[in-house]
Amino acid sequence: MCNDEGAETAMGKTLAEKIWSEHIVRAVDGEPDLLYIDLHLIHEVTSPQAFDGLRLAGRAVRRPDLTIATEDHNVPTLNIDKPIADPVSKLQVDTLRSNCAEFGVRIHSLGDKDQGVVHVVGPQLGLTQPGMTIVCGDSHTSTHGAFGALAFGIGTSEVEHVLATQTLPLARPKTMAINVEGALKTGVTSKDIILAIIAKIGTGGGQGFVIEYRGSAIRALSMESRMTVCNMSIEAGARAGLIAPDQTTFDYIKGKPHAPEDFDAAVKYWSTLFTDSDAKFDVEVDLNADDLEPFVTWGTNPGQGASLSSNVPNPAEIKDPEARGAAERALVYMGLEAGMPLKKIAIDTVFLGSCTNGRIEDLRAAAEVVKGKKIASTLRMLVVPGSARVRLEAEAEGLDKVFIDAGAEWRNAGCSMCLGMNPDQLAVGERSASTSNRNFEGRQGKGGRTHLVSPLVAAATALRGTLSSPADL
Amino acid sequence: MEKFIKHTGTAVPLRRSNVDTDQIIPAVYLKRVTRSGFEDGLFSAWRNDPEFVLNKPEFAKGTILVAGVDFGTGSSREHAVWALQNYGFKAVISSRFADIFRGNSLKGGLLTVIIEQSDVEAIWAAIEADPTTSVTVDLETRTVCYNNVILPFAIDDYTRWRLMEGLDDIGLTFKNLDSIASFEKSRTSLKPATLPIRA
Repeated sequence: MCNDEGAETAMGKTLAEKIWSEHIVRAVDGEPDLLYIDLHLIHEVTSPQAFDGLRLAGRAVRRPDLTIATEDHNVPTLNIDKPIADPVSKLQVDTLRSNCAEFGVRIHSLGDKDQGVVHVVGPQLGLTQPGMTIVCGDSHTSTHGAFGALAFGIGTSEVEHVLATQTLPLARPKTMAINVEGALKTGVTSKDIILAIIAKIGTGGGQGFVIEYRGSAIRALSMESRMTVCNMSIEAGARAGLIAPDQTTFDYIKGKPHAPEDFDAAVKYWSTLFTDSDAKFDVEVDLNADDLEPFVTWGTNPGQGASLSSNVPNPAEIKDPEARGAAERALVYMGLEAGMPLKKIAIDTVFLGSCTNGRIEDLRAAAEVVKGKKIASTLRMLVVPGSARVRLEAEAEGLDKVFIDAGAEWRNAGCSMCLGMNPDQLAVGERSASTSNRNFEGRQGKGGRTHLVSPLVAAATALRGTLSSPADL
Repeated sequence: MEKFIKHTGTAVPLRRSNVDTDQIIPAVYLKRVTRSGFEDGLFSAWRNDPEFVLNKPEFAKGTILVAGVDFGTGSSREHAVWALQNYGFKAVISSRFADIFRGNSLKGGLLTVIIEQSDVEAIWAAIEADPTTSVTVDLETRTVCYNNVILPFAIDDYTRWRLMEGLDDIGLTFKNLDSIASFEKSRTSLKPATLPIRA
C-alpha cells in the first residue's frame, strides 16, 4: 500500500479509488487487495450455506455489529401473520432466524417494521452512508452506491468470507464515468435514465468497471431516484455504481436511526468524497437528459429497450449477428412482432415494487397518476412496498386507499414478483409491466413476459391496459 | 476445495449469448439450504425442449460447457455455479463472463476460461461435427486444446495458484488476522454499527 501512495497522489483520484484505498487492509503485488467491509447485509437465500461453512470450520461471525439480516426474497406478501405455507420457503426463513440467533446477528423478520427488501432497509435505517464499503449476497447491492458508498453484490462463498473475516480479497476494478447532462422532461424519471444507459452500453458494457454517475441531471435527482440508477448498474454488467454525496445525501441521512451522532464531523468527512478534478477515468460515456423519453424494454435482457413512443425493433436491421440472433429469440419468447408500436402492447399484470422502485417516492408518483381512477378491467396491479416501514409511511399518507380504490392489490413488503420466488408469479404467457430490474426469460414466473418500466409508466399502463405514459392519459 | 490442474472431457455447445443466472437456475430452485442437489434446476426452462443441447444423447456426458458471450449475467446466486458443478461440469468456456459469476466460479473451483469469440465458434463447429471430440482445459499451461488446436487463455497468477493448490480464500485470509485487527483499530468512529440497535 505504502509503495503505491506516492504514485497515486501525483494524479487525482476518482471517488471509487478514494474509497478503495481507504479500505485496504493488505496490498501485495501479484495478489488481490484485501478490503475491509463496513457493512454486510444478509438475507435468507444466499446465506444458509455460508453459515453452514462457519459451523463446519468452527468459526464465529467476526463483526456481528457490522452485520444485519432481513427476510425478503422468499417471503409471502399476503397473510404474513400466519406461518409460511410453502414448507421449503419456511425452512429457509427459519434457518436464517436460527443462524442469526446462534451467531448474534441482528435480524428484522416478517412483521417487524424494518423488515423488507434488504436494499430498502439499509438506507432507511441510516446504515448506508457515504464512503463505506457495503456488500450483500445480492447483485443489487449496487443500490447503496447512491450514497457515495462502494457497494457490490457477492456470492455465498464471499458471504462466508465476510462473516468470518469482515474482509474480501478483490482485484481493483477499472473506473467508468457516465455523464448525464441536461434536465429531464416531465414524466421522465431516473428509471428511464438507467434503462437508456443500459441500452446504450449493453449488458456487458460495464463489465470490470465501477461506474460513477455524474452530471447535472444526476445531481438534480432525489436520493430515491439516485438509488434507482445505481441499483441497475449490474444490469449494465458493472458490479458497483456510485454517485458522489452532496447536500441531498446529507439531508436524507439526517434523522435516520443510525445517522452519525456527530453529524457535522460526518458531513465534513463525507464532503471529501468526490472525484478529483484531475482524476482520470478509464472510460467516459455521455448521455443527454434533455432528449430522454419514457423508456421500456421489449426483449429478454435489460439492454433490449427503446423509447415508449417507438416500435418493436426489426432484428433484420441489427448488424451484429450475435445481437440480431438474441433479438430474434427475444421476440419469439416475448410474443411480439417487429414494427409493432410499443404502446399497442397489452399487459396482464402491473407490478409496482422491488429494490429498484419500491420506495415511498415511487409509490407516491404512481399514486398521483391513478388517484381517483380505475385500473383497466383486463389486468391486475400488485403494489408491493419495498419495506414494512415504506408500507406504514404510505398508509399514513393514504396511498394504500388510493391504490385499493383504483382496483390494485396492496401487499406486504418483500422482493415479490421481481424474481417470482414467492407465490407472486406470472403464469405461462402472461405479460407484465414491471418497475423491477430484470426482464429475463421466466424471471417473474416460468413462461412469463416482462417489460421493465418506471413507476409512472406502470401506473399509466395500469389505467390504459397497454404500455403507456401519463402523457397518454 | 478440490485441486484443479487439468481436465479432459467432451464439450457441450451452448449457442446462446447473455445466458443469465436466472436461466442457469431459476429462483424457485434457490430455496434449498444445502450446496448440493441443484442439478435438477440447471437450465430448467430449456430442458423441457427435446432439442435443447443437454437433452441430446451425444452431449449428455459433456463436462465442459462452451457458451456464448456474457455468460452468467444477472443475479449473484452462487447456486448457478453449484448447479453446473452438481450436473458434472468442470469448466465453462466463453468470450466474456459476468463479473460476479466469474468470481463465484473461481472461488468454487469451476474453471471459467475466456477465449476469443472466433475461437468459441471454432470449438462449437468442431464439437458439433464430432461430439466425441476430446477437449482439454489445462490450468498449468493456461491452454485449451482440441484436435491439435492449442488456444492460450489468460488467468491471473494468484487465482491460478489458488485453484491448482485447492486453497480456499478464508484460510488464506486467516493468515492476515493481525492486519485486520490493526486496520480495525484505525477505523474512524464515524462509521455506523448495526449494534446496539437504534430505533
